[in-house]
Amino acid sequence: MLRRLHGLPGIALALALAVTALTGAVLSVQPALDRAAAPAIPAAASVADLAAQVAARHPGVSAIRLRADGSLTAAFDDGDTRGVERIDPATGAGLGPYAVSETTRFFTNLHRSFLAGDAGRVAAAIGALAMLGVSVSGLMLLARRLGGAGALLRPIRGTPAQRWHGELGRLAAVGLIMSSLTGLWMWAGTFGLLPETTGANSAVAASGGAPAPVGTLTGLRAVKLKDLRELSFPDPSDPADVFTLVSAEGERLVDAATGATLALTPATALERISDLVRTLHTGRGAWLLGLLLGLAAAAVPVLGGTGLVLWLRRRGARPRIAANVPARMADTVILVGSEGNSTWGFAGTLHAALTAAGHKVHTAAMNDVTAAHLAAPRLLVLAATYGEGAPPQSAKHFLARLARLPGRPAVAVLGFGDRSFPHFCRFARAVADALEARGCPQLLPMKRIDRRSAQEFAQWGRDLGGALGHDLVLTHVAEPPKTMPLVLAGRELYGEAVGAPVAILRFQAPADPRTGAPGRLPTFEAGDLVGIVPPGDYMPRFYSLASSTRDGVLEICVRLRADGLCSTFLHELAPGASIDAFIRENPAFRPAKGRGPLILIGAGAGIGPLAGFVRANAAGRPVHLYWGGRSAASDFLYEHELAQHLAERRLTTLRTAFSRDPEGSAYVQDRIAADAPRLRELVKQGAQILVCGGRDMAEAVTRALEPVVRPLGLDLPALKSSGRYVEDVY
Amino acid sequence: MKFVLPAVAATATLLSPVLAEARQVTFETTLKPYGGNGAYLVLYVTDAAGAYKGTLWMAGGKAKYYRHLSDWQRASGGRPAEIDGITGASVGSGKTLKITLDLADAMIDAGYKVHVDTAVEDGMDNPSEVVAPLAASASGKPLAGKGYVKSFTVTF
Repeated sequence: MLRRLHGLPGIALALALAVTALTGAVLSVQPALDRAAAPAIPAAASVADLAAQVAARHPGVSAIRLRADGSLTAAFDDGDTRGVERIDPATGAGLGPYAVSETTRFFTNLHRSFLAGDAGRVAAAIGALAMLGVSVSGLMLLARRLGGAGALLRPIRGTPAQRWHGELGRLAAVGLIMSSLTGLWMWAGTFGLLPETTGANSAVAASGGAPAPVGTLTGLRAVKLKDLRELSFPDPSDPADVFTLVSAEGERLVDAATGATLALTPATALERISDLVRTLHTGRGAWLLGLLLGLAAAAVPVLGGTGLVLWLRRRGARPRIAANVPARMADTVILVGSEGNSTWGFAGTLHAALTAAGHKVHTAAMNDVTAAHLAAPRLLVLAATYGEGAPPQSAKHFLARLARLPGRPAVAVLGFGDRSFPHFCRFARAVADALEARGCPQLLPMKRIDRRSAQEFAQWGRDLGGALGHDLVLTHVAEPPKTMPLVLAGRELYGEAVGAPVAILRFQAPADPRTGAPGRLPTFEAGDLVGIVPPGDYMPRFYSLASSTRDGVLEICVRLRADGLCSTFLHELAPGASIDAFIRENPAFRPAKGRGPLILIGAGAGIGPLAGFVRANAAGRPVHLYWGGRSAASDFLYEHELAQHLAERRLTTLRTAFSRDPEGSAYVQDRIAADAPRLRELVKQGAQILVCGGRDMAEAVTRALEPVVRPLGLDLPALKSSGRYVEDVY
Repeated sequence: MKFVLPAVAATATLLSPVLAEARQVTFETTLKPYGGNGAYLVLYVTDAAGAYKGTLWMAGGKAKYYRHLSDWQRASGGRPAEIDGITGASVGSGKTLKITLDLADAMIDAGYKVHVDTAVEDGMDNPSEVVAPLAASASGKPLAGKGYVKSFTVTF
């Protein structure tokens, strides 16, 4: 809901908002330039003195104005000469005619009204309202993502588009909110929506005597020049006319003959606020503020562009659910927790089948759970499990939000996972337990589906149909992911002698068959994942990437598993053969930006991405690699490359451990324990720890690291949440 | 924003009670190409003694700027009733404002004068820039203003 409030106006009005913001940014430079150009106003000068100086030069002077841009001007009609002249505040001398530059006028009109008069002004006001809504909702979305309003300044992690959008957004938000509000106030003033005080009492009686010298009039002496807004001279042909002096204090009528103040209307609170609003919006009289607001405004087009990219990516990532009824009107709600898109596919099949059976069904992501969802009679939860039992991407906040919402619909939970993992469907279990604890009646006991089996899904559909009282046939056909072909360019095989064959495989894009030109690899970096679909299967298997696009080759380390369909296929691949693959970004598993130290820990084929990080360390930041294998003679992956990296200072230290070494078997966690003091010092300096390898190794490493960091007052969960401990575990 | 002028329009103060005693009068104001935002103009009538009789037309919609038309402001008191129903858009640089009104015969050739006040944002205020006699003999003769008015013509 909040996301829609933020995204739809932002994208629909992106072009208009960009025009308003960019013209505003251009105009924001003007106050700084004016300040440099305009002569300073002497602090002690009074209006009377200057008026006398100008009147001496121009007998027909009608008005003196101190304008918002800092220039002092006099309008005069001396008979043969007339015009508006700039005045030197110190001497009253003329500095040339006053004219607003054509460029400034153009930009001002484009900014206020898109060059379209009053209708354009209304459009600009609508834009300002939208800008206000988008900025406030953006801040709320960011706070939600980072974990609360207090966390707004935490580092933002994610894809480049997400980082740019978040960083620029939170820098510019305050400035944009202020500019929108002040702009709307000024618009209201222009359209007469703010109550205006009428002019000063015109029933004031002037003395009608002969005009005294301007410099002696006490009423004019009472006001300082720097507070002046406008001084109107009396019409010489009308003896009843008076001086009208508008200044920061208000409006003062001064008799031309006696100099007495005939009436003083103080500036109302509203007028003072309007003055302040004008300063805050244009930066006039506050040139530094003006420049800062201009910078905030200049961010708007970039925010619009990155916002569009994020929106498109979200839309593309989620499969469309046809005929999605609004939550309030649904009798069955399906909530989906999916990491890739496969669970959404199942949800789509279920949604279509239930709709065909006459139900009104609403499908949404688990993260978006609201009270309306829980108010429906029936709730079906389809939840995949990620990694060690963690919630998948679209369900990260589900349990926390659920705790705050009322409602006890009848539920059935369906988990999706892989039986070969120890915590099969652990997250789905957690969800089922939470819902049972609230007292939700159970439609069906929780079922777990192994490896996206369509038959198990169909069986569940029959059971659900039985519970609902009608037939329900779920025929799910998995949508194969979009893949591109890659060709094997080279391979190195290690570890055969110790019974743990690991191959380093290098792939390239196929060459253009007509021209022979080399193909283009997709965009990826070391740490991302490649999904490879073996022939005869539709489910991809994921491997961590050891290289980046700029290395010109896609490199992975694949351990041969006895019953592994994909690993067998890859190990038997001949050079020149082709595979079907796609890239999945893994932005969390990356060295943090900057030149802080890195601690890389891995075992076996897990060295792949770690070697990629070392290879990419051209900046020479300290990198300490800990790796465990079986035998130095047989499966020391990247042995020569790492030696070269040590010499080139891309790698600072390398500690290896071999479990089948005749001279002394050790594991990588032993090396970590032995180096505890040094590692503790590195963590104290802000080091980031990246771990890649099998589950068992990861657990052992965790146990070895806890005592290392505890004396610093830290623990691994704390390091994890600040991004200083990241894992890629399979 | 161009507006379509009514063929017959007059303020309550100037409308003749008996239509037979009225005549159609056309006021055409052409502005110089002064290069700025739209100008505010007001056309109003004073009698032979110089007393304010009524407003013919206000070109410019935002009341907060009317004080720049200072002669009109002083003469009429700036009361909204004076311009109720006879307000239009401001006139752009180099553009022409043409209005046609029914005026009572009694006002013509009676020493009455039409005043034109003009003002431009960030420019000059020109009170009573043009003062033209409401006389049949002056029909069709253009007058120039010393401010923004290039030519002002009253046609009977």
